[in-house]
Amino acid sequence: MEYLTAFLVGGLFCVIGQLLFDLTNWTPGHVLTAFTVAGGLLGSVGLYDKLIEFAGAGASLPISSFGNALVNGAMAEAASNGVIGVLTGMFELTSTGITAAIIFGFLAAVIFNPRG
Amino acid sequence: MCSQRIGNHTVKIETPVYLSYSGVVSGPKEGKGPLLGDYDEVKKDLKLGEKTFEKTERRMMEDACRLALSKGNYGKGDMDYFIAGDLLNQITVSGFCALQHPVPFLGIYGACANLVQGIGMAAMLVGGGYGEKVLTATSSHNCSAERQYRYPTEYGFQNPEWSQWTVTGAGAAVITSTIKAPRVTTVTLGEVVDTGIKETSGLGPAMAPAAAATMLFHFEELQLEPQYYDWIVTGDLGEYGRQLTLDLMERRGYYLEGVYSDCGTLIYYPHQQVGAGGSGCASSALVVLGHIYRRMKKGELNRVLVVATGAMHSPTSCFQGDSIPAVAHAISIENE
Repeated sequence: MEYLTAFLVGGLFCVIGQLLFDLTNWTPGHVLTAFTVAGGLLGSVGLYDKLIEFAGAGASLPISSFGNALVNGAMAEAASNGVIGVLTGMFELTSTGITAAIIFGFLAAVIFNPRG
Repeated sequence: MCSQRIGNHTVKIETPVYLSYSGVVSGPKEGKGPLLGDYDEVKKDLKLGEKTFEKTERRMMEDACRLALSKGNYGKGDMDYFIAGDLLNQITVSGFCALQHPVPFLGIYGACANLVQGIGMAAMLVGGGYGEKVLTATSSHNCSAERQYRYPTEYGFQNPEWSQWTVTGAGAAVITSTIKAPRVTTVTLGEVVDTGIKETSGLGPAMAPAAAATMLFHFEELQLEPQYYDWIVTGDLGEYGRQLTLDLMERRGYYLEGVYSDCGTLIYYPHQQVGAGGSGCASSALVVLGHIYRRMKKGELNRVLVVATGAMHSPTSCFQGDSIPAVAHAISIENE
């Protein structure tokens, strides 16, 4: 059952992305940013975590989950350290993903040359 | 005074000026299209062993020039002028290609109108007696143009269905006053038009008004009907731009249905997934210097009007919110 919900919810994310892409003149950059911000907004009222509970990887894999993690990290730190926690906590939960992106990006740049 | 100047946009080339030789090189995808037999050389891949796509494009333009010159047994230094243009920043393909030709060089930028702008300028130089033989060339490469104007090719951008596909290839022509071949009889140089369109993935609709404006100048100043020509082609408007041009012309009382096609819609089969059709300098170069030139030499076509359009935007102007200005130039090519 959790596979089915993950598949359906993840697929729904893709449908929304494709619709934004087809029906507006947004670029992929716009769609990416919109998903991140939307995830952050849903996360700020606690809805995104509920979605992850329901759909598992269907909700935790899309980029909106990154927006949710940014907001959750910032809010948790803000709760314990005050306003300055918004700055120190922003990358608390997302540091793995960001570090992985930097390291793998670096490795790919060492091995390959961009041509296009 | 200016006896060869007809109206504000058109010149009649009174002294015979011939499109004496042509050289056409296509990319691999174009070589799988319906006009395969019209190209002098079909390249097997998009790199040709070069390190960058820009270098590959340069090779293609050099090869097209070599083919055109060799058909007339000319050496690289035998021309009076070399006129060339391409789509890349500072027209580097043309500049580097000109390095191979020890003759006076004129670099031009009419975007995808380069072919007609080049042949038109060459015809005026030769027709005016300022030279006897001129080499003109243009090129585009799908990967170098996509990288510069849209997204890096590695990015795997998903093209919308109205987008157009930059044609890979190059074309060169030798214009002379002595070697008989189809004649360049008139040149109509257009004005820049901007209708406020900002959509850059398919430039056809932004350029169609320029194509229609130049066609109107041509027909009105020469007092001709479209049916005077066996075939009228635009350079790279694609399917949507083609329909828009038909509509715009019909509103002004000129019915093009039946005599009019767009080069971008002729290069590929529908299953080749190119959206609304081909675009880029090579679109008109492949069709005009390949397909049309060969049919004119056979006598299957005798009067052809070529209207090539170019979008005068840059990625920077688009990022800053400007719309897309466009220009169109026309030449008529006729058998004697």
